[in-house]
This record gives sequence, C-alpha cells and structure tokens, in this order.
Amino acid sequence: MSETSRQTSTQTGIDPRGPQFAAALTVVVLVLALLLPQPWALVVTAIQTVLFAIGAGLGVQRTPHAWLFKKLVRPRLGAPSELEDPAPPRFAQGVGLAFLVVALVAHLLDATLVAQIALGLALVAAVLNAVFRFCLGCEIYLLIRRLGPTPSA
Amino acid sequence: MIRAGFRFNRYMSTGAWIAVVAIVAALAFGLFRLFTDGRFRGTKELPVSGEPAETSAASAWGAVADALGDQVLGERATLVQFSSAFCAPCRATRRILGEVAELVPGVVHLEVDAEHHLDLVRRLDILRTPTTLVIDAAGNEVARASGAPRKEQVLSVIPAVGLES
Repeated sequence: MSETSRQTSTQTGIDPRGPQFAAALTVVVLVLALLLPQPWALVVTAIQTVLFAIGAGLGVQRTPHAWLFKKLVRPRLGAPSELEDPAPPRFAQGVGLAFLVVALVAHLLDATLVAQIALGLALVAAVLNAVFRFCLGCEIYLLIRRLGPTPSA
Repeated sequence: MIRAGFRFNRYMSTGAWIAVVAIVAALAFGLFRLFTDGRFRGTKELPVSGEPAETSAASAWGAVADALGDQVLGERATLVQFSSAFCAPCRATRRILGEVAELVPGVVHLEVDAEHHLDLVRRLDILRTPTTLVIDAAGNEVARASGAPRKEQVLSVIPAVGLES
C-alpha cells in the first residue's frame, strides 16, 4: 500500500466560509457563556457542547450553523474560490467538544474558574477559525501523533 | 494592589477577563501566523559529510528516500510537502506546488502523508502540516516553509541551475 502521495481529490468539498461562519457563531456563544451569571452560564455551555457534538458526530454539513449558512449567508455571497475538505473542520469540532465537556463538568461541580479557562481555550480556537480560517485543532493533531508510538515502518 | 484588583473585578468579572485575554491572544497569534505562514527559511546546518547526499542518510533526501523507498529526485529541486488528513491548507499547497512543478523544468513535487511516516516527521523535525521542504539536486534541504506558501514564494526559493525561468 503506497500511502505516499495522497491524491485524494475530494471533489465534494464544502464552502470554506461555512465553517468560518459557524466559528463566528461559536465565538458569540462562548463569550456569552463566559459573561452570563449562573445558571445561564451552565445552560449556554451545555448548548455549545451539544452543537460541537453534532458537528463532530454528524459532520459540519449537518449542523444548525450549516443550515443557517445555506439559508441566510451563502445566497448573499459569490461562489467560493475554492472548496474545502470537510474532515479538518469536523475534527476541530471534536477538539472543541473535548474542551466543552471539561467546561460542562466543571460547571456542574461548581468549579467555575476551571470551566471558564476551558471555555477560554475553546474561544481562542474559535476566534482563530472565525477571523483567520485557521484550524488550531488540526495543527495539534500532528503534534499529538508525533508523541504517540510509531507504527513500525 | 489588592484593592485595585477588587476595583477591576467590580467592572469586569473573571469570565469577562478570560474572554478578553482569549480574544487578544487569538488575534495576536493569528496575525503572527499570517505573517510567517508560507515563508521559506534557510535550513539549519546539516551534518553533511563530503559524500554524495543521495546515499547519505544524513541528508534530507536520504531520510525521505529511506522512508519512502524509490522516489525521483528533481534535477533542479524537489518540493517535499508533508500533509495530513486534518489539514485545510494542505489542499491549496498541493495545488500551488503542483503548478510550480509543471511550470519549472526539473522541479518535482512529492507529497508525504505525515501520519504514515512519523519516523520521518520526527527525523526532519516537522511540526505542522503543511510543511514544504525544498531539496536541491544534491539532496540537501535548502529551505522550508510551514503553512501554505504563495506561488512567488516557492519560485523565489528554487535553486537556480543554469536555466532561468
């Protein structure tokens, strides 16, 4: 098996502005989770946890964000200059989910500061994605793989 | 000092501070990345012995050839791109490097799946995808860039070998 050069020409790409729009909404939700008092902080954290779970579980094309993007945003934009593979943003949703699960559990245990730090880290990633289309979770991926065991070549 | 802290906290909750710090940190990091992505840097000193690089495992090409088996080294330059599955800019990088390889005679584009060649990734100290190595005709790494480079950036770093384009 030569996995050397991946000529994966994923013809069925997604509009890269979709995940970017979703990230912008995520920024708003995370900021709300950080600003609102309890019990609203917990409620908003739970909502974002579910949203990330949908994105990671079903894929970024099947989130409420994607639906909004298709209905409201995409019709107002021109055609995208390039399509994007949906796998990276989906993976990033999974990374976001991990942080939000920590935040949710911490909120439930009344460890507010821990919850807020976890939300803050997720917010960094969401801002990078929304403003720069930069996928922090994806970058961490190779670093994690590097640390892991090597499948003997 | 404690008093000042209290005053601060009356205007802004801890959550608000964390939000502000997170946003500022993200913007700073993003701007830094915007500035450095795709820039080719000369490569650190390599432990090159006098022997032809193609057979020396110390050279970048030696390491690549060890890991991938028979590959064709470009007469002028080889652009080795490290990619992974979860990498949005890898796609654009693939297109750009492919275009350069078509445009400039003697330049070869080789894409390596980083996940399947972690030994090579460690050996060449690849931290992110995409990372592009520029390898000269002798098999030595002359430059590398992480992040998607622009076409001009790639063209400007290809070693001149007689033919000028």
